[in-house]
Amino acid sequence: MNYQFDFSFLWDPDNSYWRDILHGTWLTVELTLLAIVLGFTLGAACAIGSTSRMPALRRAIAVYVEVIRNTPLLVQTFWLFFGLASIGFKFSAFTAAVIALTVNIAAYTSEIIRSGIESVRKGQIEAAESLGLSRMQLLFDVVLPPAIERVLPSLSGQFVLMMLATSIMAQISTEELMAAASRIQSETFRGFEIYIVVAVVYLALTVALRFAFALLAWAAFPRRRRLGTPV
Amino acid sequence: MTLHATAPAPAVEPAAAAPAVRFNAVHKSFGTLEVLKGISFAVGRGEVVCLIGRSGSGKSTALRCINGLERITTGSIDVCGHVVSPDGRADLHAVRKRVGIVFQSYNLFPHLTVEQNITLAPRRVKKTAPAEARAIAADVLAKVGLSDKRDSYPEQLSGGQQQRVAIARALAMQPEVMLFDEVTSALDPELTGEVLKVMEDLARGGMTMVLVTHEMAFASRVADKIIFMHQGRVHEAGPRDMLSRPETPELRQFVGTGL
Repeated sequence: MNYQFDFSFLWDPDNSYWRDILHGTWLTVELTLLAIVLGFTLGAACAIGSTSRMPALRRAIAVYVEVIRNTPLLVQTFWLFFGLASIGFKFSAFTAAVIALTVNIAAYTSEIIRSGIESVRKGQIEAAESLGLSRMQLLFDVVLPPAIERVLPSLSGQFVLMMLATSIMAQISTEELMAAASRIQSETFRGFEIYIVVAVVYLALTVALRFAFALLAWAAFPRRRRLGTPV
Repeated sequence: MTLHATAPAPAVEPAAAAPAVRFNAVHKSFGTLEVLKGISFAVGRGEVVCLIGRSGSGKSTALRCINGLERITTGSIDVCGHVVSPDGRADLHAVRKRVGIVFQSYNLFPHLTVEQNITLAPRRVKKTAPAEARAIAADVLAKVGLSDKRDSYPEQLSGGQQQRVAIARALAMQPEVMLFDEVTSALDPELTGEVLKVMEDLARGGMTMVLVTHEMAFASRVADKIIFMHQGRVHEAGPRDMLSRPETPELRQFVGTGL
C-alpha cells in the first residue's frame, strides 16, 4: 500500500469540480429543508388526523403510514419518477425527489408526533375542554406544544436520517451532492478522495442540522430554556 | 286570605331562585355497567353541596356529567339555564363557559406558566384582551394567595400550590358554578388545609359549589347540603349535620369508617 492522496482535481482549472460539489451540496440542503418543512406539515396533519373521530380517516392514514414505512425509499422514488411517468405523469427529477422525500418523511413524522400526542395526559385534555376550548384550540394550545417538545429529539434524529437519504435521489439524476460526486468520480477516477470529501460534507451538514434543531428548541420552548427539564 | 298569609308563594319564581344545577332522573352507563341509576337533586344558587360515598358509588361520575365530561344515558341536567341531555351537545359549550371544574390531579398545562395557564381560556374562549386577561389572572391569584407565583411553571410548585392555581384558572372564567372532584385526595394534611381554606373562602363569598370529597370535617362545616351516594343512587341527603345522625345503616357504616 503506497497510496498517494491527491485532491488537486477539485481545483482543476478546466473543470472546477469544487463548484459542482458546492452546487450539489446546495441542492442537498434545498431538498432537505423543503422535505422537512413539507414533511413536518403533512406528518403533523396525519398525526392529528389519526386522533380524529372519523374511523375512515384514521384507517386511511394508518394504511399510508404503514405502506411508506415498510417499503424502501428507493422503490417509492422510482415508482413516483419512472412508474408515474409511464402512465403520463411526468415530474422533473427535483420535483419527484421533493415529493418522494416529503411523502416518506411525513409517514415517520406522523408516527413520532402521534406518540407525542398520546403522551399528553387525558386530564389536561379534560381540563381544556372544561374551560370551553374548542377542539382546534385544545390541539394547538394544549396538546401539540408539549407533544412536540417531547418528541423533538426523535424528530430531529429522523430528519437527519432523511437528510442522509437525499443521497438516494442521485438514482433519479437529481444533481445533489451524491450525484455530483459520482459524476466527478467517473471523470477523475479519484473515488477514494471524492467520497471522503462527500462524507465530510454530509457530516458537516448533519452537525449544522442538529445545531439548527437545538436552536429551534431553545427558541420555541421557553419552559425548557428556563428550567432545563423535560416537559 | 289566611292561606296566602301562611304560604306566601311568589306568583312568578324569580330567575335567581331557580337552582343552579338540577339532576332530573339521570342515568349513566358505561357499557353494561350502570353507574348512575336515576339520580335527582338540586343545587341552589350560592349553595355548597357535598357528594360523599364509597369509591364506585357514582359520585365522581355524577359530578363529571354536569359539564359533559361524561355523557349521560337518559334524563337531563339543568345547568344555569341550559340543558345537558343525552344526545345534545348543543348546549355544552354554554354550560362549560359557566361551570368551572377542579380535578384531583390538578391538570395544569405543564408547558405554560401559572399566568399563561390562567389567561389561556379567557383569551381563547372569551376573546379577552391580553392586558385584561393578565389583570384577571392577578385578581384570581390574589384570591388563592399565590400572587408571587405568576411566572412559575407548574412543576416548580407544590401540590397544594398547583391545586390552588387550578382553582384560580377555573375562577378566571368567572363561572357561576364550581365543581371540585376530590381535589385534596392527592395532598398531605398540611397542603390539604391550604386548599380547603381557599375553598371555604369561595363558599363564604357566595360561590355555588358542588364537591366530591372525602373531607368529612370540611363537609360538616361548610356544606349547605350533603348527598350520600350508594350504588348509583342518592341514598340519603340532608343538611350539614346529617353526618352526626345518619339515618340509613349504609351511611352509618360509611361515616363510622370514614371518620
